[in-house]
Amino acid sequence: MRKLKGDLPERLFFALALSSISALALITAFIFIKGAPLIAKVGLFDFIFGMDWAPGQGKYGVFPMIIGSVSVTAGAAVIGVPAGICCSVFLTEFAPVKMRNIFRPAIQLLAGIPSVVYGFWGLLFVVPAIRAYLGGPGLSILAGSVILAIMILPTVISISEVSLLALPRQYKEGALALGMTHWQAIRSVQLPAAKSGIVAAVILGIGRAVGETMAVIMVLGNSVAVPSSLLDPVRTLTTNIGIEMGYASEEHRQALFATGIVLFVIIMALNISAQYVVRRKTK
Amino acid sequence: MKSTRLSLSPRAAERVIKVFVWAVALSIMAVLVSIVVFILYKGLPVINAGFLTEIPRRMGREGGIASPIVGTLLVTALAVLLATPFGMGTAFYLAEYTRDGAVTRIIRFSAESLAGIPSIVYGLFGFIFFVMYLNLGWSVLSGGLTLAVMILPTIIRTSEEAVRSVPTIYREVSFSLGGTKWQTIRGAVFPSAVRGIANGIILSIGRSVAETAAVVLTAGSALRMPDGVFAPARTMAVHFYILASEGISMDNAYGTAAVLIILIFLINIAANMLIDRLATKGR
Repeated sequence: MRKLKGDLPERLFFALALSSISALALITAFIFIKGAPLIAKVGLFDFIFGMDWAPGQGKYGVFPMIIGSVSVTAGAAVIGVPAGICCSVFLTEFAPVKMRNIFRPAIQLLAGIPSVVYGFWGLLFVVPAIRAYLGGPGLSILAGSVILAIMILPTVISISEVSLLALPRQYKEGALALGMTHWQAIRSVQLPAAKSGIVAAVILGIGRAVGETMAVIMVLGNSVAVPSSLLDPVRTLTTNIGIEMGYASEEHRQALFATGIVLFVIIMALNISAQYVVRRKTK
Repeated sequence: MKSTRLSLSPRAAERVIKVFVWAVALSIMAVLVSIVVFILYKGLPVINAGFLTEIPRRMGREGGIASPIVGTLLVTALAVLLATPFGMGTAFYLAEYTRDGAVTRIIRFSAESLAGIPSIVYGLFGFIFFVMYLNLGWSVLSGGLTLAVMILPTIIRTSEEAVRSVPTIYREVSFSLGGTKWQTIRGAVFPSAVRGIANGIILSIGRSVAETAAVVLTAGSALRMPDGVFAPARTMAVHFYILASEGISMDNAYGTAAVLIILIFLINIAANMLIDRLATKGR
């Protein structure tokens, strides 16, 4: 009797644990079922490398959006990753305890602010600043990169901080005992030792940047063209869906799901590489 | 050790780096503070009893945000109620019932992947699956279900960490007193892990409240007061986005954003109080 009673919760927990597998399977299946027919019709090559997006004329090419996503994300990484690693070094090594206790919850709060609010703030401050000091319409890759850099900071900071804190104390003590300065110890011992955790943080941060919609929808300008400079407006895969999903129907809607497939594949590739890096670390 | 590229003595380099790291960390803080202060400065004067209790009129140009507040609370509550049992069940299964094997690897992979999927893809999935395929329409239910899938990985991860951090001795004592596996989980593991689990749930509430892209495609953007789970609803984040991006009313947009930020502040404070109590309890 008792054995059976013990078994029931296990079966129940197992059933509940299958939820994430089925959710992932359903998401994959439905996005692909809805979007794949259009890719088949247009042709995979023409869909991905097509330069024209004109749903009214039945032209579906997402290459400008892929370039948009890649350039905005790269910009965000160039700004956000060094700043984030700097901040995690600050929190683990330099900051006085009191400051650390203010910073951590503040960073957590930064992560909780709705992404639309970041976008709006960017529209009011970053966009006009770029227009005034650097020229162009202001609505640009650069504006999107700045906003996304701020948005990926919490991810980069918290994960790199955890991996720096997880290092054995002897690493730092040994380095200092050899006569290194604090910074030498950080640069040549601690950061290299925490490398895989930091790499995972960067990949996850990039994943967030690629997938973000609402923060960039207001600051990118959203024009469908391959940009020639950082000050050009651009449209990303996510904003393409966000802007047009409201009124799209039939084939156009399928094309947005097909855009979702491209996004999904990019994100899954990033996810899997992040998981691979983390797993290699724990082994 | 590699020689420093800058021709500075290690001591001088140390000082330069320290100043630089402090500057970066403080400017990140300044940006965060400026965003929050700006929104509150512009939004707080708009908030009064009428703003919180009246339904929006003329697309949100006049009136308050009562229905978006109710919409936000309904969608969030539903998402958390739906996701919590699945998330906790998965966590208990992973932490208490199995060793690492093929099945746990797949569950973990799914949960990690779900965590990385962009909210706009959740929106597409929720739209095609809940709104169209299950024919739930744009509704509180569709929005809640979509957000439930989105926050599931957060609840799984935080709950699993909480369950794993319960000392093994608790379980051993329970077993030695003749407790079954289920009795041990219910009587010894769960009470010690409950605060950590609650913290994960609070984080998920924050994510749900802040989400825009996934809910606009599934819950809709109706302005009237939702009268049940099958009614369409507009959340505060969606309301803010529509007011700001379509330039309907900047004042009401600021007011809505301020209410959102205050709500997220409160959620964060609650989470931090839980973490503090957790930390003192562990000592």
